Formats: sequence, structure tokens, C-alpha cells
Amino acid sequence: MTERPTAADAAWFAGLDPGDVDGGARAIRDGEADQPADWPTLAVESGTVDSEAGYYEWLREAAVHATRQVVRERERADDRQLVHAVRAMDDCQRTANELAERLAEWAGSRYEDVGSGIAAARALAERESAADADERVVSLAQRVVDLDDEAADLRSFIERTAPEVAPNLAAMAGPVLAARLLSLAGGLESLAKKPSGTVQVLGAEDALFAHLRGQATSPKHGIIYTHEYVRGTPQANRGSAARALAGKLTIAARIDHYSGDLRPSLQAELDERIDAIRERDSE
Amino acid sequence: MTTDLPDGVERRPFGDATALATQGEPVYGEPVVDGWRRWDPTRSKLGAMLETGLDTGLAGGETVLYLGAAAGTTVSHVADFAGPTYAVEFATRPVQDLLDVVDDRQNLFPLLKDARKPATYAHVVEPVDVIVQDVATRGQARVALANRRFLADDGRLLVAFKARSEDVTASPDAVFEDALSELREGYEILETARLEPYHDDHLGVVARPHDDRTL
Repeated sequence: MTERPTAADAAWFAGLDPGDVDGGARAIRDGEADQPADWPTLAVESGTVDSEAGYYEWLREAAVHATRQVVRERERADDRQLVHAVRAMDDCQRTANELAERLAEWAGSRYEDVGSGIAAARALAERESAADADERVVSLAQRVVDLDDEAADLRSFIERTAPEVAPNLAAMAGPVLAARLLSLAGGLESLAKKPSGTVQVLGAEDALFAHLRGQATSPKHGIIYTHEYVRGTPQANRGSAARALAGKLTIAARIDHYSGDLRPSLQAELDERIDAIRERDSE
Repeated sequence: MTTDLPDGVERRPFGDATALATQGEPVYGEPVVDGWRRWDPTRSKLGAMLETGLDTGLAGGETVLYLGAAAGTTVSHVADFAGPTYAVEFATRPVQDLLDVVDDRQNLFPLLKDARKPATYAHVVEPVDVIVQDVATRGQARVALANRRFLADDGRLLVAFKARSEDVTASPDAVFEDALSELREGYEILETARLEPYHDDHLGVVARPHDDRTL
């Protein structure tokens, strides 16, 4: 510990008025220093505070304030928001498709060259409308387009948010699948507490209960079917691939919930395992 | 039970048995008799280290840097007998409980920081007499080395190594051997003890910094 004349400049209280809790909290959150120093003594010597007791009181208040702020910020980037967003996205998409069907049926009775689906709705929404009924058709088309746009906005919101809420899970599953798993499990904490076998069949509840009643074979995968590692694996090995993927996703969710740091090694282990599973097939 | 307990920590009767205890506001539903809170060694690695008779060198009233404070179970007892206590924890959920512990203790300073990056709190934490480390991540020895800068020359590092955080497949003995040899880069190891039966696959270590302070 060498004495550096400028040591006090690095202190969290440098340049602050004594008792400034907001400024202190900001400095504690964002500041840095290479080496510690005898901050309480420096604070008294520099005249910033008049006693050590006063220093500690101020430090404690600022530290609590800083901690509360960070906690609140991190909680707001909440898994609950992600669950709401993915459910809203699915609702928007489903409703848009449903309305697009109705629209195609109606528009087909008034125009010659109406296609089907969202693309047709987009084309219809561009049309000039004169007659009363045409106006309604075009207006309905506009609602379909709006819903589809909203779904796209929600998707980009999910893609932005998921890596903050669950970095490992989002990296491995992709943001949308990560959000769907959170939605099915009811949040990051409950997903982290589920066994891997449950995660494997999340979203396949109907098939699972049919199986439990003894009427069907056991489902090999639920929503994780949308992952390339399951869908892209030949059918005979899909069960193995789903089991391997679910295992790693479960670990990822647990790291995200209990620790929060990014561990790229997890992805490498999964890649290796999936390669081994697909290898079997080529023999 | 040959070593002295620090001032502020006593063996007190609880029911039929005696147990470690400190004086303060209760935190986690522990039994309190005459203002003394029972310190449960199965819930606290430092409690287990005292219980197994490791010579921690704690006398009471020290300045403490506590790495891995979590919800504040152990740190609440530390703040009861120590001086200024800096509690570093990185995960937000347990920190919410930690803030409740801080409410009742004037000498406890919460820091929501990553113990692997000491530069992010060196502008707040003063040099300390004791570092208590209980972080359950890989690289526990590296965390201890990185935080050596906070420790006074005659200070003590009290660390509980968790074998399962380093490698679940290797045998705990091999893991501990690796961790200790890495720790020797910056510390002289004074004493070690397994924390069974209170904590499985944990090694309690008492160490002090090398004379060589080039780190």
C-alpha cells in the first residue's frame, strides 16, 4: 500500500458535499479504483466529513441507496415482462391469422384477385375504397396489418429483453424459445426449479397426459421441438437430442436464476453432444 | 474447542445444548435467548469454522470484507461482533434480504458488486483486518487472490472452499489441493479443516498474505 498523494481523488466521496446520498450512491455504483485506501481517514483529513462516525453513517446510507437502485432496475428487466410479451405476441399472431381468413372470404366476394393470409391483407389495405362495403373490407385489412406489425414489434422486444433476463438460456435456445419456456413454466424461478425431464415436454401436456392415462406413447419433446437441434435431427435420434437439449437448457436456466453470469462453455458442451448424437445415424 | 472465540461470540445454552451465539436483532428465525441469537453452523460456513475449532484469529471489532454475503445469514452474525463490515454480493434476489439485515445494523455496508472485480468497489472499501469469503463460483482461489489488495499485512483470510463449485466430478481432495496451491501464490496457509458434518465437501482455510506484496 504505497501512499499516493492523489488517493482521495479516487474515493467514492471525491467532489461530493457531505451527506449527499444521491451523489454518493451514483459514485458507489459507477466508480472504480485500482487500490483501496484508508477512505475513512482520508475523508476526515480532507475535511469532507468531521468524524469517522459521520463518514460511516453517510457511507451506509449511500451504499443502501445504491443497492436499492440497482435491485429495482434489475427487477424491472423482469422475467414477468418477457412472459407477458411472448403471450401477447402469440395472441396477436393468432388473431391476425384468424381475421385474415375472415377477410379473404369477404374480400373474395367483392374482388377478383384476392389471395389468402397476411400478405393478401397487406395488399388489400393498400386499395382505394369507394363503396360502403369495400371501405369496411379495406379497414378490416388494415386491422390485420396492424396486428401483424404489433406481433413483429413484440418479437423484437423479446429479442432485446430475453438476453438481459436469462443470458444463458437466451443464448442457447434463442430469445423467443427462451421466452416461451419461461411462459410455460411461469417464470424464471419456476423454470430453474423444474427437472430437465419436465422441461423436455413443456408444451406437450396433452400428449403427456394421454400417455399417463396409458393411451399413447410418451412425448419426446414439447416446445423445444422448434429448436434446430431437435427439428434438424433425424427422427430416430430426436428423443436423444431433445433430452440432451432439455438438460442443458435446464442448467442454463438455473445459472441465469441463481447466478446470472454468461457461461459459453455450456453451449460448447451441447454442440459436442448433439454432434455425437447425429453421428450415430450416419453409421 | 481449544481456541478462544472472538469477543461478542459466546457459547450460550439453548434448550439442553449450548451453541454459538451473537447479540443482535434476529434475522432468519433463529432462536434467541436473553438477546443472544443462536449461530447455526449448518447454515453458516464461518460458524462451522468456529465450531470445528479452527484458529481464525478473530478477536472481535475487526474491519471485515465479506465476499458472497448472499441473504446475510452469516454476515449478520459477523456484523454483531465485528467493526465496519463490507458485504459484497452480486445476485439481486438475496440482496433484497440482505438489505433487511442492514436495516438493523449500523456497521454493515451492502455492495452489489462482483467479487471477481475488486476494482469496482476499491473506491469504497478500506483496507481490512479480515476477509471472509464464501462464494460458490468456479475459481474461488482466484477471487481470494484478486481481493488480497484489501487485506492488511497481518490480516487474515477466512475462506470456505466448496469443492462442488469447482468441479462436481473430481474428488473433493483433489479440488482442495488445486485450490490451496493456487492460493499459495499470494497467501501463506495457516490452517485448514474439513467442515463436515456441518457442510459436505467444504474446506475451511485460514491464511495470511505473503510478505511479498507485489500483486
